[in-house]
Amino acid sequence: MELDWSWRFAWEILPDLLAGALKTLAAVGIGYSMAIVGGLILALLQRTRSRLLSAAVREFVEFIRSTPLLLQIYFVFFVGPQFGVQLSPWASGLIAIGLYRSAYLSEIYRGGLEAVPAGQWEACTALNLSGRDAYFRIIIPQALPPATAGMGNALIAIFKDTPMLSAIGVAELMHAATVVGANSYRYLEPYTLVGLIFLLLSLPAAWVIRIFERWLRSKLGMV
Amino acid sequence: MSLWLFLVQYGSRYLSGSLVTASQFVLASLVTVVFAVTFGLLLLSKTYWLRAFAAAYIDFFRGSSLVVQIYWIFFVLPLLGLSLSPFIAGFLAVGLNTGAYGAEVVRGAILAVPKGQWEAAYALSMSPAKRMYRIIFPQAFLIMLPPWGNLLIDVLKGTALVSLIGLAELMFQAKQINNLTFLSAQAFGAALAIYYLLARFLITPAVRGLESRLRRKMSRT
Amino acid sequence: MDSSQDYPLELTGTNVPMVRFMNVSKNYGGLKVLDNLNLDVAEAEKVSIIGPSGSGKTTVLRMLMTLESINSGVIYVDGKPLTHMPRGGKLVPADASYLRRMRASIGMCFQSFNLFPHMTALQNCVEGPIQVLGLSKAEARDRAEELLSMVGMIEKKDQHPARLSGGQQQRVAIARALAMRPKVMLFDEVTSALDPEVIGEVTNVIRKLVSEFRLTMLMVTHQMGFAADISDRVCFFFSGKIEEQGEPKQLFGDPKRERTQQFLSAVKDAV
Repeated sequence: MELDWSWRFAWEILPDLLAGALKTLAAVGIGYSMAIVGGLILALLQRTRSRLLSAAVREFVEFIRSTPLLLQIYFVFFVGPQFGVQLSPWASGLIAIGLYRSAYLSEIYRGGLEAVPAGQWEACTALNLSGRDAYFRIIIPQALPPATAGMGNALIAIFKDTPMLSAIGVAELMHAATVVGANSYRYLEPYTLVGLIFLLLSLPAAWVIRIFERWLRSKLGMV
Repeated sequence: MSLWLFLVQYGSRYLSGSLVTASQFVLASLVTVVFAVTFGLLLLSKTYWLRAFAAAYIDFFRGSSLVVQIYWIFFVLPLLGLSLSPFIAGFLAVGLNTGAYGAEVVRGAILAVPKGQWEAAYALSMSPAKRMYRIIFPQAFLIMLPPWGNLLIDVLKGTALVSLIGLAELMFQAKQINNLTFLSAQAFGAALAIYYLLARFLITPAVRGLESRLRRKMSRT
Repeated sequence: MDSSQDYPLELTGTNVPMVRFMNVSKNYGGLKVLDNLNLDVAEAEKVSIIGPSGSGKTTVLRMLMTLESINSGVIYVDGKPLTHMPRGGKLVPADASYLRRMRASIGMCFQSFNLFPHMTALQNCVEGPIQVLGLSKAEARDRAEELLSMVGMIEKKDQHPARLSGGQQQRVAIARALAMRPKVMLFDEVTSALDPEVIGEVTNVIRKLVSEFRLTMLMVTHQMGFAADISDRVCFFFSGKIEEQGEPKQLFGDPKRERTQQFLSAVKDAV
């Protein structure tokens, strides 16, 4: 069978797709910011002295991680109106993605924090540093380098999560491709281009993250 | 409508959806395992082209989104002469995608087997193939089991995306019930609960159980 | 907790010790690590603690640094209770902020150095003075450089710990602890993690401290000769109790108790 690829059509639809890609990147930026902070909160809540609280947060993280993101997106989007709260597709989609990746990031933070030797905490006590100074000046800077790989992966993972937003009508890249396809009855070019755009953005990003991790390690003197 | 009535009325839909999800999960897991092991071994090949081929597969599937891959396999492959039903396109896409992540896990686990084991097998003049499947792989298998627990949960969650191309699995049924009843909290909440139970009380314990059984077997004298 | 109201709110009179352990006990689960310890350390006194592993000697230092809680008894520092605080005319277990205030007069060096790996030697030494004591950057820096010179590490002040040898890291750790101007310094097996050939550079620094500073010092050590040289008093610990104590000359030269004799001869054989 002959491949029916039209360069002209591909060129024609590219602006639409790139506009969608910009919105995708906006979603990634917002979702990631939410996840970075949310993950830290979930990680610190699991380190509190209250056993009950930390066990409850732990199970919540497990729940978020073991159910499909698409279902969570639908849940946030549709359940609001049932109780009289109307959330836009953008807002509900980003809340769902932010929460979902918060759960993943909390595990990464937790791993990083647990990797800091106990002696570092003891040195903080011996120098009489406050709890805040100990966390922010001594422990977290050491927990960061081992966490950067996971944090970078989470950024790329959010990027790959965003096509699910099209299911509730957020006009991101995948949505743009589906609209183009439905209007022209041609799916070859739009979906192939979407795949290519994903590869062209995520592969270099993965590469940059690897380099950044190495740079951070040497910058902090942790060879 | 009370939750009980809701479940009585729509229980059969959730059940049939869960069965489709379960069969998708089993088939996608098989595809995942086959591709993960094959490409994980290829990544360790001495031949440059085989390694490059494996790396390309992994980058390709990890570099783009599973949603895009499902759409591409379902909508674009027919244009190239290969028409697949949503069911087959679904588990293939999910398996190919997770298999790419699994290949890295397999490779890492094989490399984590202590060097002395390779040398001991070499000293017994085993053939490379025998050395791999009699000595190295059984040990690597134990090392890779914990990450496989996570990968299988990724497979389960991946099958939910097959609803986007119209397969009537669990996610799809939940969406339909929501459209019929507008009882979104119940419709999606029930589905969330089923996925959670499957992942947390079936898949995770199964992998853990397998791990502890193998560990016992290995330490038995 | 036994009846802490039997303990004085404050130690008064002449000859108040810098450190006093009063009936201090510590358990881990069912295991008694310290059994009713009573120990006074006078101001500027140098006390070495020796004994077999598991005898509770490190626990003494860790309790004094407030790294571990105690199960009964009271510890006083400079006449004031450390593990407890006065509340309504009696002593109650100290809260976090009280502990924090009280431990400001105590400094500690660890077996595994515990330098902050993401900071240079100099940054390690100014961190506490700036963040805790509130010194200006210039002040903290001057003081840190002075101390780094004293321990012979001024040339390496801009190196990260990963680039320093064990002996060098321990010398920086000593400077870091001194920068906080403690009244009491604790040395917890500071030479145990070192290669034999660099132990001398660390013990020499401590010898210098003894001659130049009026510090109260408690140290747990396995270097018997070193302990004999610098200590005013040596305590031999055995299963959570002080089995025997005395001036170094007496304890090493003429130990009275059988367990002390056994331990000292075993250590001598090992050398």
